[in-house]
Amino acid sequence: MSFVDLQAILPLLVTAYGGAVLMTLVAFAPGRRFAFGGALAVLIAAFGSIFGAFPASPRQATPLLIIDPYSLYFAGLVLIASILVTLLCHRYLQPREKTSGALFALIVFATVGMITIAASAHFVSFFLGLETLSISLYGLIGYTRRRKQSLEAAAKYLVLAATASAFLLFGIALIYLDTGTMDFLRLGPLLASGERSMSAYLGLVMVLVAIGFKLAFVPFHMWSPDVYQGAPAPVTALIATGSKGAVLALLLRLVYTTSTAPKPWLFAVLAVLSIATMSVGNLLALLQTNVKRLLAYSSIAHLGYLIIPLIAGPPIGPLSIAFYLASYFATNIAAFGVVSVLSAPMEVGEVEEIGEYRGLSRRNPLLAATMALALLSLTGIPLTSGFFAKLYILSSAAQRGLWALLVIAVINSGISAFYYLRVLIAMYTRADGDQTPFPKPGAAAALALGFSVAVIVFFGVYPTPLLKLAEAATRIIAP
Amino acid sequence: MVLTWLVVIPAIGGVLAWIASARSNSLARWVALAAIAVDFALAAGLWISAALTRHGTLIAQQQAPWIPQFGISYHLAMDGLSLLLVTLTTLLGVVSVAVSWTEIQDRVGAFHFAMLMLLSGIIGVFLAYDLVLFYFFWELMLVPMYFVIGLWGHENRIYAAIKFFLFTFISGLFMLASILGVFILHGSATGRYTFDYTTLMAAGGAIPYSFWLMLGFFAAFAVKLPMVPLHTWLPDAHTEAPTAGSVILAGLLLKTGAYGIIRFAIPLFPMASGEVRQAAMILGTVGILYGAVLAFAQSDFKRMVAYTSVSHLGFVLLGIYAGTRIALQGAVIEILAHGISTGALFVIAGVLQERTHTRDFDKLGGLWAAVPKLGGFTLLFAMAALGLPGLGNFVGEFMILLGTFAVSPAIAIVATVGFVLSVVYALRLVQRSMYGPNENDWALPDLGAREMAILGGMAAVIFWLGLNPQPVFNTARRSLESVRQILTTSSTEARYDK
Repeated sequence: MSFVDLQAILPLLVTAYGGAVLMTLVAFAPGRRFAFGGALAVLIAAFGSIFGAFPASPRQATPLLIIDPYSLYFAGLVLIASILVTLLCHRYLQPREKTSGALFALIVFATVGMITIAASAHFVSFFLGLETLSISLYGLIGYTRRRKQSLEAAAKYLVLAATASAFLLFGIALIYLDTGTMDFLRLGPLLASGERSMSAYLGLVMVLVAIGFKLAFVPFHMWSPDVYQGAPAPVTALIATGSKGAVLALLLRLVYTTSTAPKPWLFAVLAVLSIATMSVGNLLALLQTNVKRLLAYSSIAHLGYLIIPLIAGPPIGPLSIAFYLASYFATNIAAFGVVSVLSAPMEVGEVEEIGEYRGLSRRNPLLAATMALALLSLTGIPLTSGFFAKLYILSSAAQRGLWALLVIAVINSGISAFYYLRVLIAMYTRADGDQTPFPKPGAAAALALGFSVAVIVFFGVYPTPLLKLAEAATRIIAP
Repeated sequence: MVLTWLVVIPAIGGVLAWIASARSNSLARWVALAAIAVDFALAAGLWISAALTRHGTLIAQQQAPWIPQFGISYHLAMDGLSLLLVTLTTLLGVVSVAVSWTEIQDRVGAFHFAMLMLLSGIIGVFLAYDLVLFYFFWELMLVPMYFVIGLWGHENRIYAAIKFFLFTFISGLFMLASILGVFILHGSATGRYTFDYTTLMAAGGAIPYSFWLMLGFFAAFAVKLPMVPLHTWLPDAHTEAPTAGSVILAGLLLKTGAYGIIRFAIPLFPMASGEVRQAAMILGTVGILYGAVLAFAQSDFKRMVAYTSVSHLGFVLLGIYAGTRIALQGAVIEILAHGISTGALFVIAGVLQERTHTRDFDKLGGLWAAVPKLGGFTLLFAMAALGLPGLGNFVGEFMILLGTFAVSPAIAIVATVGFVLSVVYALRLVQRSMYGPNENDWALPDLGAREMAILGGMAAVIFWLGLNPQPVFNTARRSLESVRQILTTSSTEARYDK
């Protein structure tokens, strides 16, 4: 391992060591403010170190990690998401937990996992990253101990993650049995050679199932609404954005580096997954009365849309995934951010039923406007980044001639408008009950929300810079 | 640059009005009025200068890269048709701010912000020369209108707002799919990937699967127009919207559908448009008759006017697809005249609602004695709606029928029945609201100066369109020529094919 290797994995080193130091220090100074500041410093330093690592890229640092513009792009996204989530946690935790230092350290560790996943070039690093992420998330989801749903969700996530890991390990073992390698790059030609036995393909399918669990593809989605609902709202934001984004980035790399030859069967499976995921997600979202569950189903549906460009492939496919994820991150953090800010004054519960959002526009117009913007961006209305995200995904489908998928996605997008509107209407109709204004968000949360809103609006008007970045990032994995 | 100003002035005005509303509501109203009046002056100035100078088909144009990676550019252009519609938009914008002066008391700043954003979107739709930009503005109209209906509307507003949103959003998505289809198929056929209207039009319909792509566009436009049987959102939305919302819906939003057909659906897909021409003319005629019959059966003032819109827009659809020079010119006049006359009827409905708190004919009646000025205007605009010669609608409908007769006498004859039906409903409208005994002892204040100015101005325009429509013809002529050529040649080809 040379110095350049170390330079390349700088973001990972900063987060990992920063997290470890923070965890140690928190043991002595368990105050919320110290841990908050420390986590923020570590994450921001890690984000800054991406620019230090960039000159060293693209570089295979050890057989496990590959640092290229692609992994740096996703590391950047994940770090921004973690920073915003940290900001949201600050005020949210105040009335709930006296000793909240560990939560911030856990966010940093979860970030280590996510960056590792995004930079994986090998099944071993994928598995290590996934476990780091999952174990941190158990702690994060169950952190608000006095809330029953929180503990229930942590237990559910534990079972889910264990199942996914079991599938993953078994799948990796089967692939290794047949090909003798766990390296993505070497796996590609071996799988394409056509002399493989069943076990390699069976292994790939099991890996796909494990990824499907993590990304909540239908039919592996059952855990997602419960966990979204039970987890503390800022943590839900992290699950919805960072953890899904990192795994999706890995899936994209896996599909393109291992399938040098087109694999019709793989794309057929993905197409079925896509249709099932977006349709079931949207239809079940129609039935929800709880905003967090509704957003959970919505995020299932969005992952369904995101499979389309995966199938469509280059040149538009990978680029539109990278763009979509950035927009989706900002949008979901804004939406869950509003939920966390509204819930911040409560000691145990959260503001999560649609009925509780009734009249929000009068009680706090800015929060209502932020939520409205997020919902409109999820629907894909112009002047929000969600519009262009949807546009690129659909054009990737058109470019590959996937007309059936395109029409199904369009119909689904129409259905989705219906449930987003329900929340929107509730916020802007007059409430009969409590009319007292909601307290203003704290400075940290306001910063996070403001940043997300700025991203949504700016890239909703002028998406070109982000598009250029996404293009540069994805060129390397799918030339 | 002037085109960008046309689009952004209302939006800036909207933001300023919202900020101003923190200080005082009437300041917000004045800011909104000033912004849209400036925009109107700009549009009118463009019209005057265009009438006085020689120019090509395009009066003004602006193009800048927006998302170059995807062949999307910020391309605005104005030809005669756009100019007419932008002028109408700003004029009705002034009207709608003015009619809301006393009606809207709740969240005044947000209301004017929504209204002016809506107007920006509509102006953008009329000027966009890039398909993505067009869709961008097209969807941009949706959200403010949704809020205008859903927040400031009448009793059943939420239902109406959702219905409006879903109809337009879903049909719009089909258009989006078609836009992408055009982009990809044109690109793979010619190697030039672009959303630019001029380039795509130059391809002259050499795009594969053009029939299906055309249907995507047509779905969006037919819902907006609205074409029977896709009209069911309209009566609800028009009835439940506040007065200004109804004026803009009837006067402008429906017109974006007609404009879209003339600008995009026909020129981009000439052959496919020839194939659906007959069906579209028949559906237009069905709309004329069906809208008129249903209008007759309504007991709600606004709902009745809403159904007359279905009938009048049936004429527009018929005129466009008849495709002769006279019919197309008639369709343009009808678009403008309907915008003014129906807008005025909604203003009257709003005035009545504000004074009597009802729109129900059973509770109205005998108002003439109490409000003679309002009665006079009601009679005038009802006459316009039934197509009295000398008023704008007559010119439009007569020319549409004349132009259609040359293509298909049978359809023209059936459509003429719509004229008779319109007399029935228009007279009933006046009869039920103004004439008869004043059984409920209504004692109302008559029109104030503000209302007189609004209705008087609209009356002047409707007379002008009826008595001297030539300037409109001159302005629109060049824009309609390509549509005429497409429909007349493609249909003769279709005829030879058989």
